Amino acid sequence: MSLDPRAEVAERLGLAEVPPARFASPDEVRERLAKSDYLSDAAIASTTFLADRLAKPVLVEGPAGTGKTALAKAVAEALGARLVRLQCYEGLDESKALYEWNYRKQLLRIQAGRTESGGAEEWRALEEDIFAEEFMLTRPLLEAITAEDPVVLLIDEVDRVELETEALLLEVLSEYQVSIPELGTVRARQIPMVFLTSNNTRELSEALKRRCLYLYVGYPSIERERDIILARVPGVSGALATRIAQVVRSLRELDLKKAPSVSETLDWARTLVVLGREEIGDEEAAATLHILLKYQTDIERATKELLGGRARA
Amino acid sequence: MLSLLADFIGELRAAGIPVSMSEHVDAARACEVIDLADRATLRTALAATLVKDGGHLAAFDTAFEVFFALREVSASEGDDAGAELSGAPGAGEGPGPGRGAGGGGALSAAEIAEMIFAALRDGDAGALRRGAGEAVSRYAGLEPGRPVGGTYYLYRTLRSLELDALAERLRASVGAERGALGARLAEDEVAARLESLRREVERVIRERLVADRGSAALAKSVRKPLPEDIEVMHATRDEMAQLERALRPLSRKLAVRLARRRRRRKRGPVDLRQTVRRSLSTGGVPLDLRFKPPRPAKPEIFVVADVSGSVASFARFTLHLVHAISSQFSKVRSFVFVDGLDEVTHLFEGVEDPAEAVARINAEADVIAFDGHSDYGRALSAFHERYARELTVRSTVLILGDGRNNYHETHAEVVADLRRRAKAVYWLNPEPAAYWNSGDSVIAHYGAHCDRVVECRTLRQLEAFVGELA
Repeated sequence: MSLDPRAEVAERLGLAEVPPARFASPDEVRERLAKSDYLSDAAIASTTFLADRLAKPVLVEGPAGTGKTALAKAVAEALGARLVRLQCYEGLDESKALYEWNYRKQLLRIQAGRTESGGAEEWRALEEDIFAEEFMLTRPLLEAITAEDPVVLLIDEVDRVELETEALLLEVLSEYQVSIPELGTVRARQIPMVFLTSNNTRELSEALKRRCLYLYVGYPSIERERDIILARVPGVSGALATRIAQVVRSLRELDLKKAPSVSETLDWARTLVVLGREEIGDEEAAATLHILLKYQTDIERATKELLGGRARA
Repeated sequence: MLSLLADFIGELRAAGIPVSMSEHVDAARACEVIDLADRATLRTALAATLVKDGGHLAAFDTAFEVFFALREVSASEGDDAGAELSGAPGAGEGPGPGRGAGGGGALSAAEIAEMIFAALRDGDAGALRRGAGEAVSRYAGLEPGRPVGGTYYLYRTLRSLELDALAERLRASVGAERGALGARLAEDEVAARLESLRREVERVIRERLVADRGSAALAKSVRKPLPEDIEVMHATRDEMAQLERALRPLSRKLAVRLARRRRRRKRGPVDLRQTVRRSLSTGGVPLDLRFKPPRPAKPEIFVVADVSGSVASFARFTLHLVHAISSQFSKVRSFVFVDGLDEVTHLFEGVEDPAEAVARINAEADVIAFDGHSDYGRALSAFHERYARELTVRSTVLILGDGRNNYHETHAEVVADLRRRAKAVYWLNPEPAAYWNSGDSVIAHYGAHCDRVVECRTLRQLEAFVGELA
């Protein structure tokens, strides 16, 4: 094992010097994320640390609403970097993800050139001219690559694009470069941090997974969930936060169609604070359960299991 | 470290987790930049670089526990500072001295119980680790050199700790709670604390076994199949729960994949009318060919499932999977039988989650005509008599069962007639192919009249077959 991976990538990109490491240790990651109100755990902190040190993208997977997208945002905030976000959807293509020629501007340029005397020479010059960066619309991937200021690239819900479109991402993810036929290869001017999120609705390709570090973000432990509530919901007491975390843990143990996510837990906590409750008894739970659970069958089930079959108040 | 890493990756591959060469390199690089003495960070670093599927993490953890077990410095102080990584070169061949087994015995049973209770009550992880260590020394009765995975030791230790009494004391310490919700929360809290004790004891036993026999040997004993490779027919209760959990995302993924495949095949035959219409804009030259939307023949599926004890879970999984992708078929009809036959299609109608319908089958279907032992001959005859007329050249019949007919008459000729009427007849058998036709299995009699008899021991095989069908 010879070269530092960062130095290797920097050399390939032709950077003048190896950019300094962003974090000194996983603990530092943790502290700095906490300052941006994101409570990480050991796995999240060390994977983020490794992503920087190994100069590799992170693929974040896990149930909806556990803070996958929030992680990228928090990292961007902690680094003081700009977040460049590519929201994936079915039918996403090159012209939406990478770049597109601004053909209107090209047309204008051609028309403006017509007044001059024509000729083969003339045309060649014109052709060179209109396929320049000036006539290009950069889309998120290219934007992240060409940025001069520090950026964090977030490719959100990557499982929504078709298998074929995934291939578009591979060059960016492994080489930090984009090949444009008319211009040649555009290399990154820095080593950006890249996060991909997936809700696991389909198997991602081996090629993509191999290029990424993998981070599974599940539901938080009861202690961490309590701390998250305390950090994100103003005016909540420690006792109430503990209680909320306990109820949510019990709900997740049930076989529900859709277990309550962290964001729903936060909504619930905010509701209870707004209602001025300091305690969660049977009454409060029955009246506000629909904030946590989104299916009628789930609500019935939870009422039966947790509240001993009481009818909803 | 590098050779240890290579061994560890070998074990992961043996457990069925695919690890590529470049991932191996990444893991080695990750080890260079982290603090190797920090076990939690090492675990994450290896997981992040080697495992790329959430479902594989459980198998990874088991292997990690074994290969990178903390070696106790002495049985009474399980201090992190004094612990070191096991599995340094040579640990595989020459197991360290079995200090773990000998060090205990200093505390009485009551003292151990008190120690564990206090640790659980206060949520003190260090004290819990010491307590678990003492308990294992005293109760597990570890026998050096035995090639076991430790399940028995775990059972023995936990039994001696009298968990019921412990739970009772914990409940008292948590305090009386008002209302149904409070009571339930207290109950879950106690259960969670007991679970942490169980995990701790299991970990201690693993550590001692590693010290006794070395990582590689133990890894083999504790290796567990990935959820998609669990044999449905022989699954334990734990494994069954894993299967249930794996099934839902699996069927969702399959549905998404099939829907995409169908949409992508978008070329039907050339649509002449549209093409000519389009050609007007290019001066009558048909530059832009238009195609008719494809009309893929969606098959009709008839599922006929044996739901007697031995194969019931397999039938449940298959019904769940088929109905989860029912949009890929023009019609799905389901029948279940033991020795009588009943149609259960209506249970799936208007239900969003097939799991609910499957759960109702047991209670509502009328499948027992005589003694409640599988009788394929009778059941298939009943199916033939009542529903054969409805089979067309577009219908596919799936018969699910192990073909163990309890020495009843086979009536294989009805299957032959079903095949004449339908597009295809497939038999899915959850037994390993090696057991077919042994004992009362008469699968060969039926198989002769089926288009194919498919071995479906695991979810992976089942998914592959159902995916092919649509």
